[in-house]
Amino acid sequence: MDKFTQLTAIAAPMPNENIDTDQIIPARFLKTILRTGLGKNAFAAQRYDGNGAERPEFVLNQEPYRHAEILITLDNFGCGSSREHAPWALLDFGIRCVIAPSFADIFHNNCFKNGILPIRLPREICEMLMDDARQGSNSRLTVDLEKQVIIRPDGETVSFDVDPFRRHLLLEGLDDIGQTMAHDDAINTFEHQASRAWVPSITMETTK
Amino acid sequence: MQVSNSPRTLFDKIWDDHIVERLEDGTCILYIDRHLVHEVTSPQAFEGLRLAGRPVRRPDATVAVVDHNVPTSDRSKPIEEPESRLQIETLERNVAEFGVPYFPLLSASQGIVHVVGPEQGISLPGMTIVCGDSHTSTHGAMGSLAFGIGTSEVEHVLATQTLLQRPAKNMRVFVEGKTGVGVTAKDIMLAIIGRIGTAGGTGHVIEFAGSAIRDLDMAGRMTLCNMSIEAGARAGLVSPDETTFSYVKGRPFAPKGEAFEQACAYWRTLASDDGAHFDTEVTLRAEDIVPSITWGNSPQDVLPVDGIIPSPADFKDPAQAAQVQRALDYMGLEAGQKIAGTPVDVVFIGSCTNSRIEDLRSAADIVRGRHVAPNVRAMIVPGSGLVKREAEAEGLDKIFLDAGFEWREAGCSMCLGMNPDRLTPGQRCASTSNRNFEGRQGPGGRTHLCSPAMAAAAAVTGVLCDVRELIREPV
Repeated sequence: MDKFTQLTAIAAPMPNENIDTDQIIPARFLKTILRTGLGKNAFAAQRYDGNGAERPEFVLNQEPYRHAEILITLDNFGCGSSREHAPWALLDFGIRCVIAPSFADIFHNNCFKNGILPIRLPREICEMLMDDARQGSNSRLTVDLEKQVIIRPDGETVSFDVDPFRRHLLLEGLDDIGQTMAHDDAINTFEHQASRAWVPSITMETTK
Repeated sequence: MQVSNSPRTLFDKIWDDHIVERLEDGTCILYIDRHLVHEVTSPQAFEGLRLAGRPVRRPDATVAVVDHNVPTSDRSKPIEEPESRLQIETLERNVAEFGVPYFPLLSASQGIVHVVGPEQGISLPGMTIVCGDSHTSTHGAMGSLAFGIGTSEVEHVLATQTLLQRPAKNMRVFVEGKTGVGVTAKDIMLAIIGRIGTAGGTGHVIEFAGSAIRDLDMAGRMTLCNMSIEAGARAGLVSPDETTFSYVKGRPFAPKGEAFEQACAYWRTLASDDGAHFDTEVTLRAEDIVPSITWGNSPQDVLPVDGIIPSPADFKDPAQAAQVQRALDYMGLEAGQKIAGTPVDVVFIGSCTNSRIEDLRSAADIVRGRHVAPNVRAMIVPGSGLVKREAEAEGLDKIFLDAGFEWREAGCSMCLGMNPDRLTPGQRCASTSNRNFEGRQGPGGRTHLCSPAMAAAAAVTGVLCDVRELIREPV
């Protein structure tokens, strides 16, 4: 996983609520066994018409937003399916940070596992940042995870909260499996408690 | 690991009993009892293990099944779509390499993972259950803490049998009273989502309680918990009771004999204590709930079947008004019109929400002696091979086939259209599935969520309609 420290980039405004993971990457594109290559189909239904041509009205088909690395949107972003293909598609498109008033839980979690920083901010601030993003091609936002601030194009700052453990993993680019494996003894002890004796094992023979 | 003696909720108890270790910042290493795996969200996880040289820590707590991609037509032929075939073959290679128990496509027990788990006694009360699928919340009907995870977490569970989690907040939704004729668990859940909204449960685990919930059979409780995710909740739960225990008893992978008694004794301790703290409580009167249907592209866009399609003018917030207009445009509906009477092209009865034997019986009760309306394609996709076989033993297949329904093989099918079962652009579908998102059932497809009985009523009349008008007096 790539580290996330500081990002200065174009931000694309998507002023809709409840953008679900089926919109971010429709199910027909989930038939891959890879994590990469999904960016071309991110937001496919809004981005392309029935013949595969770009719809000029869609924000990510417009300059400068086709180079956006930040998305700013409204409530409950990433609701619906748990598909991690959604953050994979965003990442493959180039998105490293999503700013919204609220996120669906599973999507929020999946972002951190892929080096994407989801930032929760009150709706009026999201709308203010969307206005910043609409100022044209010289308008850039800076997201500084170390300092937990967003620097607006006029130099003003907006601070944000982030879970300290997740912040640490993002700043260092660490995956958490190795960290959990360091607690192997505790897991072993837990598994062998007498109170868990009723939990049946599932064996190959029995599923035939 | 119980930390205090204060009254606890069902969720608190299951959570406490699965904490391996509490880290300094409050994050918990949570032990996972059951890990269900399917072909779409697992390939990258197994690849991750392979690259790191890690085994599956507990193959005997893991079960794999193919469901999302599988054709629901003739299974004797090879799978035509090469990418679907590759995903299924990849799962088969992975389960063989890592020694994971697996229900193959041609097994009589194959089916939708959230139907198979409870049906086989793999999902049990008091357990933690995860799967790379948001509708894992279904298994909460057993009185287990069950939730969907992403592929990175699938890899984490395969490698460590644990997850790093922070506790959720507790929400309790009471539904008290007796539901009326034609009102099902689906209608109760649509009413709940309509009330609290699709983000109403965010950060919470919802415990469903009250007399109307106690009265539900296990299939109904599964429907309810299944759509907890549509209310934004991390999970849904129903307290395990005698209905649960008699459902579990004798299932292939359930504990047997003395182990079953030991388990039951434990399960009886799990109910929320009197005085346990819920961060949020919501109450609905069962008598107020009527057969319901969605009109828009979010499950919260729900109407009573005799309701009127809303207008953007009803909403003060311009963003919301714009969203309503967009949904009306997408759905091809007109504000101010009755939802009933809208013609349908397709009826889909299936999915992890509503494909169990009880669902098929309730649809068959409406269909018996009637015929699918002209120009309607109606399909039944049982939730598992065993559901299909049971329905055939009861003669339900004949009722559906005689009426002009398609009687298909088990799988996720048109709920998400990863296999060939898809809507074409503009087609309107009465569907027993769980999501009416834009393009969910196929690009440009228009989905109306409803119960199996309501979907059956739409099939035989050709329009969205009130199932109560088709219910016959018992003879």
